[in-house]
Amino acid sequence: MMQEKFKPTLSKLRKLLLGKHLSDGLIFKVIVYFLLVIVGFVFIYPILVMISYSFMSLEDLINPTVFQVPTQIYFRNYIDAFLALDYTNVFFQSMVVTLIPALLQTFIASLIGYGFARFEFPLKKLWMSLVVIVYMIPPQVYLIPRFVLFNDLGLLNNVGSILIPATFGQGLNSSIFILIFYQFYKMVPKALDEAAQIDGANRLYIYFKIAIPLSIPSFITTFLFSFVWQWNETFQTFIFLGDGWQTLQTRLAIFVSAAQGNQVTIIESAQNEAQAMAGNILIMIPMLIVYFILQRHFIEGVDKSGITGE
Amino acid sequence: MKWYKSIFKFIGHTKKGTHGVDQLIVFNIIKIRLTNKRREVIAGYLFIGIWIIGFLWLTLYPIIMSLIYSFANVTIPGGQGIQIHFIGIGNYSSILNDVQFIEALQSFILQLILYLPLSIIISMLLAMLLNQKIKLRGFFRSIFFLPVIIASGPIMATLFGSGERLGLLSSTLSEDIPQQLATFLPLFLADFIGGMYTHLINILWFSGVQIILFLAGLQKINKEIYEAASIDGASPWESFWKITLPSLKPIILVSSIYTIVMLATFSTNSVLYRINVVRQQSFGQASALAWVYFIVIGLVLGVVSFLLIYERKTKEKKQLVEVKR
Repeated sequence: MMQEKFKPTLSKLRKLLLGKHLSDGLIFKVIVYFLLVIVGFVFIYPILVMISYSFMSLEDLINPTVFQVPTQIYFRNYIDAFLALDYTNVFFQSMVVTLIPALLQTFIASLIGYGFARFEFPLKKLWMSLVVIVYMIPPQVYLIPRFVLFNDLGLLNNVGSILIPATFGQGLNSSIFILIFYQFYKMVPKALDEAAQIDGANRLYIYFKIAIPLSIPSFITTFLFSFVWQWNETFQTFIFLGDGWQTLQTRLAIFVSAAQGNQVTIIESAQNEAQAMAGNILIMIPMLIVYFILQRHFIEGVDKSGITGE
Repeated sequence: MKWYKSIFKFIGHTKKGTHGVDQLIVFNIIKIRLTNKRREVIAGYLFIGIWIIGFLWLTLYPIIMSLIYSFANVTIPGGQGIQIHFIGIGNYSSILNDVQFIEALQSFILQLILYLPLSIIISMLLAMLLNQKIKLRGFFRSIFFLPVIIASGPIMATLFGSGERLGLLSSTLSEDIPQQLATFLPLFLADFIGGMYTHLINILWFSGVQIILFLAGLQKINKEIYEAASIDGASPWESFWKITLPSLKPIILVSSIYTIVMLATFSTNSVLYRINVVRQQSFGQASALAWVYFIVIGLVLGVVSFLLIYERKTKEKKQLVEVKR
């Protein structure tokens, strides 16, 4: 009798927990959320450690009972890091070697990608495979002769050594951007071009007036990636810019290595580390702001770029 | 106003020709009949020309020079002009004595063997989790992608740094967590798990782009295929192996190449560090190291692409045979 009564509710409960298929039951959902939260925590854990470390005062740093969370918010590390980085001046210098190459790289990549996607010409396959191969070559193979070349041209230690490769489509990860644009322009129907051509427009006009306006989303995505990657790139800026044009990243590296040379006690080293953390966070902040305002373009850009292999 | 126009005209201009076919006249000497096909070739090369110039000047020429350097003793007396004395394979044979380089290369290859499959599997699984109908999907996606935005060399070095100065995470995790684990686990296991955890965070931080690539791939799979399969009685497990995985094959290849190249060129890479140290003493020696590294990475990329593409082709053949039967 009782069993009869409960049967409908039991099957309802079963349906709620396990679902019609496996993937719409409550248990499945709970597992999915649980995993996502755990992994999400693992993702941000390093940043949390960094932030908490950067706010630790000297007492917290040497106090073994203070493990992760500082007892008070201590801004001194940030002030020291801000001064050591000469933030306001060097930020501007960093922007110059980040923003301008990113703009150049984006425009040139779209030009080249358009060329590959729209026209048939001999050796096209060869050039395209070279674009891919260039991406796979470790930069160390060509960096030394390029260094010598730029030295001869007098481009070392100034902005030219970053701008020239970007202008000629040989900058940081340029190949990826060329491929993004190539994939995009291949999806745009050729009939659009042909119609304009019949109306008497030349190729350059078609590119500027039809192709570019259509590919604004690709422009934004490419620009953002280029911008972020240039900002985070330290290896090549270190080699080519040297002392001639400091960026926040090189400045922090110098600060860290100088501090390591000077430190005598464990306390000093811990304090330097806390200041370095604060410096790192100061460098991260501009990119974080860009990311949280424009994150849609980052992620959907990858979706839509069609670089996923077809 | 007119002088530059005449220069342009000298370099190249078109002239109305007979039978409606225009002529392109370059330097007043070369005359090219402009058929539509030729127009397209010229336009194509004008668009990609800047890349070809850049490639020849800034990439191919340096690559050849670096090959030459690697067989030579390179000096720059007085900072101007470069002198190259060929010394045969001396730079290459002395690599055998460069213990630091060999150790760095070994640890890089070990890291690759550990990270590549894990990174691919983890990003695929996370993409599949994100592909479920859940709330806060965008939020989780943003978090998983966050490291791509902030992972610069110095930050990765402070967080996961290796060598003499332990990174922040490796020092807290590899000391504290094993200590806590060691209270109830054997020591070697505790060490292993503690190390694993740091590695795992590192892998996750390197997987942001791959997760998004897999997510894009998953969203392109037609939902009706799953419905059809489930009507035919396929379990989700079978659907994964028979539908999801085959559809994601191209993305596995792209992600693998991306992962290898990123790990190989990331600023914290110990091989690159070694090459950079050597570079400050000898360009020739550093070039030889770079070439060895280049060949190793080329081999790795070749093997991985071969495995992924070859497997796909044989499977396709098998399927074809089955269909024919």
